[in-house]
Amino acid sequence: MTTVDKSKVPWWVSNLIVPLVNLILALFVSGLFIFIAGENPYEAVRLIIYGSFGYIEGFAYTLYYTTNFIFTGLAFAVAFHCRLFNIGGEGQAYIGGLGVFLVAINFSFLPVPIVWLLAVAGAVVFGATWAFIPAYLQATRGSHVVITTIMFNFIAASLMVFLLVDVIRDTTQMGPHTIALPEEQWFPSFEDFAALLGIKIRYSPLNISFLLAIAASVFVWFLVWKTRWGYEMRAVGHNTQAAIYAGISPYKNIIIAMCISGGLAGLLGVNEILGVHHKIVAGFPAGYGFTGIAVALMGRNHPIGIFPAAFLFGILYQGGSEVTFDMPNITRYMFVAVQGVIILFSGALENLFRPQIENFFVNRLNLKAKA
Amino acid sequence: MEFLSDIASLINSTLRISTPLVFAAMAGIFAERSGVIDFSLEGKMLMAAFVAAVGSYFLGNPWLGLLLAIIACVSLSMLHGFASVTYKGDQVVSCVAINILIIGLTTALAAAWFGQAGLTPTLNEDQRFLEVNLPFAESLRDVPIVGTIYSDILSGHYIFVYLAYLTVPLVFWAVFKTSFGLRLRAVGENPSAVDTAGINVFAMRYKALAINGVLIAFAGAHLSTAVNANFFREMSAGRGYLALAAMIFGKWHPKTALVACLLFGFTDALQIRLQGVELPAIGEIPVQLIQALPYVLTVVLLAGFVGKAIAPNAIGQPYIKER
Repeated sequence: MTTVDKSKVPWWVSNLIVPLVNLILALFVSGLFIFIAGENPYEAVRLIIYGSFGYIEGFAYTLYYTTNFIFTGLAFAVAFHCRLFNIGGEGQAYIGGLGVFLVAINFSFLPVPIVWLLAVAGAVVFGATWAFIPAYLQATRGSHVVITTIMFNFIAASLMVFLLVDVIRDTTQMGPHTIALPEEQWFPSFEDFAALLGIKIRYSPLNISFLLAIAASVFVWFLVWKTRWGYEMRAVGHNTQAAIYAGISPYKNIIIAMCISGGLAGLLGVNEILGVHHKIVAGFPAGYGFTGIAVALMGRNHPIGIFPAAFLFGILYQGGSEVTFDMPNITRYMFVAVQGVIILFSGALENLFRPQIENFFVNRLNLKAKA
Repeated sequence: MEFLSDIASLINSTLRISTPLVFAAMAGIFAERSGVIDFSLEGKMLMAAFVAAVGSYFLGNPWLGLLLAIIACVSLSMLHGFASVTYKGDQVVSCVAINILIIGLTTALAAAWFGQAGLTPTLNEDQRFLEVNLPFAESLRDVPIVGTIYSDILSGHYIFVYLAYLTVPLVFWAVFKTSFGLRLRAVGENPSAVDTAGINVFAMRYKALAINGVLIAFAGAHLSTAVNANFFREMSAGRGYLALAAMIFGKWHPKTALVACLLFGFTDALQIRLQGVELPAIGEIPVQLIQALPYVLTVVLLAGFVGKAIAPNAIGQPYIKER
């Protein structure tokens, strides 16, 4: 492996070409899995593209999944800038949803827009609280957040099932879920907007939370790259010793980074509770928290990268459900495996072909410059 | 005597429940002592459970299933080494990737091959491991105390339970009493010094990961071909993480890690025992909250209320040979 002078590598090689090559490798390996499961990978790709783009409701579903992945992707990315692996997005989102519901149901006497604002705040506060204990233990006791946040996922799942069965359950119904929120509190959906324009489309879960996701992306970009606090946090992440020497407290930054991360994961609850289910349903985070890890790593932990990565996973999820519908041998777990492969190639194995690719382009550019 | 037999059955289940944790913790000691973080114990345990169950179902012999599980886990360990030792990728990211990949792949393949929701077919008596009755267990049963300890606590476990507790002194010997162990620990503490002494850092880490793969395979096979007679979705249920927490709590040392594993096993055994039981003063604790007990204990132990854990010095850092 020859080393390349990093300053000579154009930005688009390291930020576009290399991730793209890694993605193609990952998709190739995923194709092999589909083949092992006894189905035709080409046919699967065709179904994925049809399912996610082929009709308007399908596309709306794609954007709905994108919304969730933006929230959880941003959540992982913020903590990662401080070198923290917050893999507890799942539990933070679950508890965030509890915050949304409790706020909405208890403040239903207030005007609806104010309830929405408070509910969003509730999601952030509850999600952040759930991330606070692992953060505090990491900062003061060095307990690795990978283990503690995973444990908090299990604990959140137990706690929520307990609450849904014994405390806040809708006793008139069989399933473990709460009563529905009053209808005026439901977020306006995509088909409501289409109806305003005189277009009639069928149900999809897409709602104005998508705009909240865009706003969250801008917020994260501003916070991490344009504020003093974001600078401090990245300094702690890059080199803790140097940060301490510069008078930056790693304890404070670890806790703030994790709490913001948890708050962003909590926003998933806004999309799911106010936008889709209108009540707490057992297990509503459905793995979105874990997918956020893949989204963030693929998007190189930057909001501009996270958006297309979240969209790609939206395509995989929505197109994937089309595949599971048509191919009996493929279940949605196949797409969990695909996520793993993508994390492997765009995260852990990102250096696999990086030197060769960078060398190739640097040499070509040098030749051009000489000619 | 009711009380005594209650205690005996509690200790009996503790030994059984701790078994996969002990294998996993010992596997973790090898990887982490060599300087490689291994959060992928969870994924590897799940993979072993799947491969052992499927292998044993098709080949009709649980030992062949175990062998395949060992091959699968060593391959995953090698993948982890390839990404994080050779290509110097982030070790935690590599582990998270393996865990998510295996959760998806095992369930997806089980569904594709057996047409059920992530279940493999139930194994018959020839295809799984059965309880081992120690000699004279029946005739000694009526002897007071000795009989209880020998027949009710020690006898009648699966082979893996005995193997797990034999592994602990073996690991202790290998890590602390052999030159291999000395090198292993040195590679995890100060790889450049070891390199200067002419020992190949990369080869040492790969060897450690290979042993790690073999040990974790036993944990998975125990779950799917001994305690249960099939594989089901996410059956490892966080045990890989619990074992890692036990290992950290045990300060990367086999003996103390064993104690921590037994503590986890005991909590879990107690948890199962307490379900639906009326406690004096407290009343019946809701089952969901009791089930969270081992996870809460993990966090409490990791918080290190009994002294701070010091990891091997070079852990998590890829070794870069200076040129």
